[in-house]
Amino acid sequence: MMGNEQEYIELFGQNRELIDSACAELLNREREQSFARFKASGFPTRKDEEWRNTPIAKQFGINYGMNLKRAEANMNTSAIFHCDVPNLKSHRVYIVNDSYSPDEGHSRELPQGVILGSLNAIAGSHPTLLDKYYNRLACDGDSIAQFNTMFAQDGVVLYVPRNTVVEETIQIVSLIQANVEMLLNRRILIILEENSKANILLCDHSSQEKQSLSTLVTEVFVGAGASLNIYDIEETANNNTRVATLLVKQEADSHFNHCCITLTNGFTRNSTNVALTGRGAETSINGLAIGDKTQHIDNHTLVDHKVPDCTSNELYKYILDESSTGVFAGKMHIHPDAQRTASQQTNRNLCLTNCAQMYAQPQLEIYADDVKCSHGSTVGQLDENALFYMQQRGIPADEARHLLMYAFAGEVIENIDIVPLKERLHILIEKRFRGELGKCKGCNLCK
Amino acid sequence: MKKKNNILKKLANKAYEFGFVSKIKTDIIESGLSEDTIRLISRKKNEPEWMLEFRLTAYRHWLTMEMPQWAHLDIPPIDYQAISYYADPLKKNKENKNKEIDPELMKTFEKLGIPLEERLALSGTAVDAVMDSVSVKTTFKEELKEKGIIFSSMGEAIQEHPELVRKYLGTVVNYRDNFFAALNTAVFSDGSFVYIPKGVRCPRELSTYFRINAANTGQFERTLIIADDNSYVSYLEGCTAPMRDENQLHAAIVEIVVNENAEVKYSTVQNWYPGDAEGKGGVYNFVTKRGDCRGNNSKLSWTQVETGSAITWKYPSCILRGDNSQGEFYSVALTNNYQQADTGTKMIHLGKNTKSTIISKGISAGKSQNSYRGLVRVSKNADNARNYSQCDSLLLGDKCGAHTFPYMDIHNNSAIVEHEATTSKISEDQLFYCNQRGIGTEEAIGLIVNGYAREVLNKLPMEFAVEAQKLLSVSLEGAVG
Amino acid sequence: MENLLEIKNLHATIDGKEILKGINLTIKAGEVHAIMGPNGSGKSTLSNVLVGHPAYTVTEGEIIYKGKNLLELSPEDRSHEGLFLSFQYPVEIPGVSITNFMRAAINAKREYLKQEPMSASDFLKLMREKRSFVNLDSKLANRSVNEGFSGGEKKRNEIFQMAMLEPTLSILDETDSGLDIDALRIVAEGVNKLKRPDTSSIVITHYQRLLDYIKPDIVHVLYNGRIVKTSGPELVQELEERGYDWIKNENQ
Repeated sequence: MMGNEQEYIELFGQNRELIDSACAELLNREREQSFARFKASGFPTRKDEEWRNTPIAKQFGINYGMNLKRAEANMNTSAIFHCDVPNLKSHRVYIVNDSYSPDEGHSRELPQGVILGSLNAIAGSHPTLLDKYYNRLACDGDSIAQFNTMFAQDGVVLYVPRNTVVEETIQIVSLIQANVEMLLNRRILIILEENSKANILLCDHSSQEKQSLSTLVTEVFVGAGASLNIYDIEETANNNTRVATLLVKQEADSHFNHCCITLTNGFTRNSTNVALTGRGAETSINGLAIGDKTQHIDNHTLVDHKVPDCTSNELYKYILDESSTGVFAGKMHIHPDAQRTASQQTNRNLCLTNCAQMYAQPQLEIYADDVKCSHGSTVGQLDENALFYMQQRGIPADEARHLLMYAFAGEVIENIDIVPLKERLHILIEKRFRGELGKCKGCNLCK
Repeated sequence: MKKKNNILKKLANKAYEFGFVSKIKTDIIESGLSEDTIRLISRKKNEPEWMLEFRLTAYRHWLTMEMPQWAHLDIPPIDYQAISYYADPLKKNKENKNKEIDPELMKTFEKLGIPLEERLALSGTAVDAVMDSVSVKTTFKEELKEKGIIFSSMGEAIQEHPELVRKYLGTVVNYRDNFFAALNTAVFSDGSFVYIPKGVRCPRELSTYFRINAANTGQFERTLIIADDNSYVSYLEGCTAPMRDENQLHAAIVEIVVNENAEVKYSTVQNWYPGDAEGKGGVYNFVTKRGDCRGNNSKLSWTQVETGSAITWKYPSCILRGDNSQGEFYSVALTNNYQQADTGTKMIHLGKNTKSTIISKGISAGKSQNSYRGLVRVSKNADNARNYSQCDSLLLGDKCGAHTFPYMDIHNNSAIVEHEATTSKISEDQLFYCNQRGIGTEEAIGLIVNGYAREVLNKLPMEFAVEAQKLLSVSLEGAVG
Repeated sequence: MENLLEIKNLHATIDGKEILKGINLTIKAGEVHAIMGPNGSGKSTLSNVLVGHPAYTVTEGEIIYKGKNLLELSPEDRSHEGLFLSFQYPVEIPGVSITNFMRAAINAKREYLKQEPMSASDFLKLMREKRSFVNLDSKLANRSVNEGFSGGEKKRNEIFQMAMLEPTLSILDETDSGLDIDALRIVAEGVNKLKRPDTSSIVITHYQRLLDYIKPDIVHVLYNGRIVKTSGPELVQELEERGYDWIKNENQ
């Protein structure tokens, strides 16, 4: 191990008291083990199979500031954040940099027993409840997850008790606002007890002129018979690096549906791991990545079929323009005895220029025989025949191209259940292709 | 069902029919590896100085390297000092200095079905027979020579055609390429050398038969095939080894150069001893095979049927350098008992309008692990590259594993690359249908597996295809309980 | 006349559910029996139990075939002993050509009968000869077993295999389903041509139309796992006219 990690190891050692002083005991308790693990492994290198095409250590090399003192960001969130989904009724909360911030204007009444709030505050007020969940999945995560646990000081908790349905979407908006290079560590914990139901919309925005890096660890527990949708939309800037880890544990007969959309970004790595630990669980993980300039978008997924009779479906699509890079690695791991597993994965990629690069790596690891597993992956271009056909009918070439790209992306959007969000995304994607995203009026964020 | 299991067990024990040991006087050097060992091998082979330097450079580099760990394999530590790096089964006849063939050795190859007398040859196949470290005999040399074709052992080629060997050896697989390539370059003993001159279609199938006989030896053969402009050759390779409790190491290199408009077909039926039903013994098969399609419109086709070896680590690859060049990889890999295989291919698209096809059929049974690993890389200037890959796995039983690890690295936007993978098992319905027509379960599995692999078997020359079919059935005996 | 098949008080289950609830049936050499009955009455279960399908468990009763205890024989030995089932839904076997499949079947039977394997030329001659029974296209013979076959082709392939294996007792399980009238005639004619004085058939069907071509000697109605009516060929017409409801009502 050599390089950037040493700086962070020292930083952590020197500021341990400062970090702890602002945080609940539960958060502090987990730091030691993570520290030991991070010290042992350091940042992943390109020799690490999982990071072959995403040189992450370099991203940590900038002299970032970290808000370990928990200085309050002076931000009027609802004034700044206008890029909303029209007609979407939601319970909205913010993570500003890496601190929780409620949205007074949008506080709606939640069903009885549902907890939505600051991770740090709820870890203090409900230690026994969170104890069963906090860092239970991330403790076995990679070194970036350990890094996050070392430094994490706040984030969001959602707890939905058994037999409870949260009808309205819970919207968690992450914003970055600072005047220095910033490194943020965010943490989200989602607990759905048995037979409960919720929809979550994660919006990731950054607007600052300086470089920023955010690590995010999201731990999700989906109880027996529970049903959860998470839509994660990244609309950050070219100077933002995001390293997100989503860890999901599903119990019997639960449903989990995830859709991760990268519209604009700088350098992104999303690791999505779903463990199916109860019979009859179903999971669907999907992604859409649109890249141009020198954007780097990496989605690594693992679906861990640990028990029989579970189903998983996966669809990831990339559209890469200019000098952008796409990385997709999806593994389906079928454990011994996970019989009657049905697992399907599809990855389709469009490279629009000769400077765009795609690295695709679908993987199957199968230890049970009575299974239906398949994956398919393609890299190609827009269909020339279709383009010509459209041109012949009078559609300009550029327009035809947009239409085809839009259709290509549409397959992923179709997996979204919230109609207003789906409509909004269709518009955003169209704008994105026309190069109009980031030019919308009325919003201070997207200047 | 109980009764059946006993029969299956008996069958399993007789499965490896090439497991006999031949009693042949063999000149084996002491085990251990050092610069002196390499000098000794080079001296025994009476090699020129440049060859010794070539070996020593590789050896020194090897010392700095580590065993690769990335494969989905559990490889026990190998003691490279416990292996003997040279075993020569040919007796030296002091009077005429020519080596003569021990009658036992002739018998060995007859038993393997490889007659070394030309009059017994199988439908026009010329054979180079390699036992342990030495090429025993090459048939039909004279006839081929008339067309300008050189087909000889590597040892002979170094003596007789040093200019060709020097020009091409190590240019496709550099000694720095990987751990086993470096080791092979340092200690390689023998193998086949083929040169097909411009405009010549080789009239016979050329074939090398490899046999490990001596105990505690490694086999490190080296094969070099050069197909000059507008030429064609079909080359076959077969291999077996005795049943021994210790593991034996086989680390070969095959280099192929394909020039303009030339075509090479390379077929392998690999049946090294796989170890017994408890996973004891067997050959470690760590092989680097690569072809360089240097010329425009050149074509290289790999076909492999892998049923043997305790551990297989092998990725026959194509560098598609010439414009319009084509690479193909057809593979059946069957693992049973405790066998492990991590095999596949690399297709490196460099030229324009290059095309590659990958068809891989894995069959896992018993407690074995079977992985496909393949890379398709389209470089920046490789306009209009096309690749199609299909990787299927068939699982027989719930104690084995079937894995697929494709890598697609695409740097050109005119590429169309497609990969598909599926897994399946033999359904109860299919077995019962066969049973109802009077076909026993064991035979039905053989039938269905051969049907599953047919797309690949069809690519093999006739005799090999028949052999391969039998091999698949025999290798699966005892796989179902 | 000697009894070829004797089923006594046969009970059978699948997944623990009892489907056959005491079948009694005797078939003599040379006889054609039709078994009719509404859906779900146990017709296919009976044919599957006869050929030893592993999914079914015989819980009670016995089956004597050619004087032997049929239930002790493996499915393949039952086949070698001359029992043939034309499946309602023939399975697809990718990559295995009909030729190879049939060669394996014929030679397995010959081995069982302690005969030498058939030479390649004799085998191909036999294939040609039997193909003509059901007008099976020679191209079809090189294709994989049932893969991509139309419904009619699948059924013709079943009868072709029946011709090859020359069974003593053939069971035609809904062989008419999915066939148009021309295909039905070809299949039925094939079956009739294969008939010898010492062979018997069980024709399982829902409708009359197949029985217009293959004339049964005895007709049974299977309902709720039991044979509830046995009669001569005239019963077919009666069932065609009146349907199965009166049978159901009689047996409520």
